[in-house]
Amino acid sequence: MSEEMVQSSGLRRGYLEERGFRSWAFTHDHKRIGIMYLIATHLFFLVGGLLAVLLRLKLLTPGPALMSSHAYNVLFTMHGAMMIFLFIIPAIPSSLGNFFIPLLIGARDVAFPRLNLYSLWLFLIGIVVTVASLLNPIDTGWTFYTPYSAKSATAVTALSLGLFLVGLSSILTGLNFLVTIHTMRAHGMTWYRMPLFIWGMYATSVIQVLATPVIGMTFVLLVAERLLGVGFFDPAKGGDPLLFQHFFWFYSHPVVYVMILPAMGIISEVIPTFARKPIFGYKAIAYSALAIAFIGFLVWGHHMFVSGMSTTASVIFSFLTFFVAVPTGVKIFNWIATLYRGSISLQSPMIWALTFIFLFIIGGLTGLFLGSLATDVHVTDTYFLVAHFHYTMMGGTVMGLFAGLHYWFPKMTGRMLNERWAFHAWWLIVTGFNVTFFPMFILGMQGMPRRYAEYPAKYQPLNIVATVGSWVLALGILIMFVNFIRSLRHGPAAPDNPWHGLTLEWTIPSPPPVENFEEIPTVTDWPYSYGEKEEPGNEE
Amino acid sequence: MPDAGAFSGVETALASGDVDALFIFILAICAFFFILTQGLLIYFALRYRRKKGEQPAPTPYITGNTVLEAVWIVVPSLLLIAIFGYGFAVFVKMRTPLPGAAEVHVTASQFVWNFQYPDGRRSVNELRLAVGKPVKLIMTSTDVIHGLFIPDFRQKMDLLPGRYTFLWLLPKKTGTFDIYCAEYCGTGHSIMRATLIVMPQAEYQAWVQAETQKLQAGTQSIAGKGKSLFESSGCLGCHSIDGTPKVGPTLKGIFGRTVQLADGKTVRADEEYLRESLVDPNAKIVKGFQPIMPTFKMTLKDDDLAAVIAYMKTLQ
Amino acid sequence: MKSEQPKHEGAPVSARLGIWAFLATELLLFGALFTVYAVYRTVYPDLFHQEHLKLNRLLGALNTILLLTSSLSMAVGIAAIRRGRQQVLKIALVLTLLLAAGFLGIKYLEWSEDFSHGLLPKSNLFFGLYFMMTGLHGLHVIFGMLVMAWLLVCANRGQFSADYNTPVEVTGLYWHFVDLVWIYLFPLLYLVG
Repeated sequence: MSEEMVQSSGLRRGYLEERGFRSWAFTHDHKRIGIMYLIATHLFFLVGGLLAVLLRLKLLTPGPALMSSHAYNVLFTMHGAMMIFLFIIPAIPSSLGNFFIPLLIGARDVAFPRLNLYSLWLFLIGIVVTVASLLNPIDTGWTFYTPYSAKSATAVTALSLGLFLVGLSSILTGLNFLVTIHTMRAHGMTWYRMPLFIWGMYATSVIQVLATPVIGMTFVLLVAERLLGVGFFDPAKGGDPLLFQHFFWFYSHPVVYVMILPAMGIISEVIPTFARKPIFGYKAIAYSALAIAFIGFLVWGHHMFVSGMSTTASVIFSFLTFFVAVPTGVKIFNWIATLYRGSISLQSPMIWALTFIFLFIIGGLTGLFLGSLATDVHVTDTYFLVAHFHYTMMGGTVMGLFAGLHYWFPKMTGRMLNERWAFHAWWLIVTGFNVTFFPMFILGMQGMPRRYAEYPAKYQPLNIVATVGSWVLALGILIMFVNFIRSLRHGPAAPDNPWHGLTLEWTIPSPPPVENFEEIPTVTDWPYSYGEKEEPGNEE
Repeated sequence: MPDAGAFSGVETALASGDVDALFIFILAICAFFFILTQGLLIYFALRYRRKKGEQPAPTPYITGNTVLEAVWIVVPSLLLIAIFGYGFAVFVKMRTPLPGAAEVHVTASQFVWNFQYPDGRRSVNELRLAVGKPVKLIMTSTDVIHGLFIPDFRQKMDLLPGRYTFLWLLPKKTGTFDIYCAEYCGTGHSIMRATLIVMPQAEYQAWVQAETQKLQAGTQSIAGKGKSLFESSGCLGCHSIDGTPKVGPTLKGIFGRTVQLADGKTVRADEEYLRESLVDPNAKIVKGFQPIMPTFKMTLKDDDLAAVIAYMKTLQ
Repeated sequence: MKSEQPKHEGAPVSARLGIWAFLATELLLFGALFTVYAVYRTVYPDLFHQEHLKLNRLLGALNTILLLTSSLSMAVGIAAIRRGRQQVLKIALVLTLLLAAGFLGIKYLEWSEDFSHGLLPKSNLFFGLYFMMTGLHGLHVIFGMLVMAWLLVCANRGQFSADYNTPVEVTGLYWHFVDLVWIYLFPLLYLVG
């Protein structure tokens, strides 16, 4: 968004009009804050992705070629930590959530705009501290299990502190969203007239507010162990390494729902809009988001079935784990039912939404093997697990993010994306993704453990396949980002409502003015009145 | 990989066939839902699609269907409970103590597996068991968390410092099987591998006797004793004796050699250097190699060290 | 839901909801430490019993009184500004700050005494917990004091009145929470052990 480009576009410039560093660094505008989060998180997506490409290069051969084991271990640790804490957790909530929650509920901003700015600053400071830890790069894996992380001579302390700040930022953002959704909905927007993206963001914010403090405390305790010699996790001092794992997963399991619920919210918006049909089972989808959030707090032990945790605890956690599949299934069935007898336009937001459903089904179904005690013993800590979480996190959340980006790009920028480039990026990404990650299910079943810099030669053929897949995936992502940047400069002007959507963001200009709405609207119906009930003359 | 063992009744070990059968059960349920959902997804997306620029066709105002929604809550719930129950049953079988099990102590350190048999014999990175005889592995770690994984047995359990964890094994087929470390433990995690050799009972007894005799026989020369220790300690896993560099430098011609260290210094490989390399391997790292050699100060006493050094002197 | 806030006594709904949500996060933050306490107290009851006797119960009790009184002074201040009594608010804030400072002073005395006896966070699990829990609590006291000092500055500029006293009320809630945490910490560490 260079100045000349904005000026020469002749478009209504809206919230992007004011120029200068101070107008961005000290803004209270949720839209600008959202854009800054968008840029920061996607930068780390690309960096984390580059690390992944390097990892896969190493894995072309089973032996010590290309880089040392230590270098490999650092790479997968930074890939995981960056992707999880600096990209996938904040990406949808802090960027698209910030930008669109006020718009979708008919508000001028979030409840606490200044707090929103401070959250961004905290996030950026946290990033700086986290990146600074690269001076002595850590190799503990993103899960930081003690005793290794407590003893390691690498910059675990710096990384922990950086991530503490990033976590604090996400707590404040979640808090802001909760209050915003409760108190700032437009007149007439009852809870059951809220768009489903808002329900999803609400459930996400509840998890962020309640779960993140625990990982914050866990980082503090880890730092205390390293700096002060406190021994909560050290068996030599009477501590228990499993206590660390319980604390770590008490947050890190619910956080996967922080990752997926916003993406599911996006899908719930895109599907009805592009199928021109009401969403099937609105209340079920809304309640399922809350159910997923609630049940998600009860199942953390399913990461610990072979950790030495008791058989009794394992049984309880496995039992509860299966229940999170029920509300998840409800959403999937309801989205598919929405397509039935719809009038479906396969434009880029929609093909991404359908891709989300397809890949997330695979990720979700493979979770059954992991939730089931006896099979988990075999496949946990192997490439089967790596494939499962990449199908859910990348096939799920990231593809959902892509759907959201393609859907809302016109609104945020005032430009339309190039559909041909979007399509080429799409099939490259989908092909590359499956060629990369599907073989990993087989590798895992065959016994290849995860986090292996070197591996027994019999696993090489599938590893080669996966690496080639990673190149195709990387190429697709590159093309998609090039499309974003080119369209910013050269894309045709976007109308207010290119997709003929019924949610409130489509009633204002693209890009929106600073104050969002000239007049706060009064809402009289839910936003899914597509089809027979629709007012004639609504489609242009 | 689930194999026909699930149905042919010939498992590699206790419950491995049950795990495979459960795997196939879950796979069948997944396949059903996969075909149903993906099939409908793709079918609807194509069947109801409209061309670019085409006006949307009128669509029915369907907002839900209570019966359908109830069905797809209840039916999956029942299937999920079935999967849970089946998994639970097999898990209990895998974790139930086996009566009359021989106890083998397993100690994991960065980056080596130490096994100790009931009769006190030790071995490094190799575990030999008799087919059909139950074994209880009593496991612990000396440093960080490790994980013992026997893929062919479908068994896995972490090893923690400061406490014991257990695995019950009942090998049912002879053969050689892989043991991997499955819980990330540091630089050498991916080369921390061992071998499980399951032998017919008669052969196993013969092997035990031969091993015991070897230990008792004090008539070995020092270098001869050193050779046995060298082989049983797993040195060949990382060092060659014919000149090829492996994970570690070759030991051919090691004694008396001038060694280039990673910090730029050089040192002569005398008895003291060799002793230090065994006891505190990361004190001096050879240039071009990584600091991942485990210490042997727990398993090799002073006499043993002297014997191994004497053997290495013979490697010309 | 109207987009303009209905007139309420005291802080608007959003501010109150915000501070309660924030206190929920604090509950979980301290909750993690209380969980560690529960785990290790169960595993090492003798250690806890033996070590807790080394704490100065008199100073701990004194601190409890100071903190309780500071909550009272804060509540008085809030009640006063709701009736527009700016002067009483300022006095109440000063009093609260003094009491909080007193609390920190006594904490400092206790900790120095412990250090001089060689009791450090790494000495054993009980003292590790003691220092972590009172340390985290102390940080929250300091943060509260900083906010109250800023409130005092604003009050001196006449920014608060019967119509607008949201920051005071919100800070008051925070301060009561900090007090509440201490009310659990004190018996668990000093008395029950």
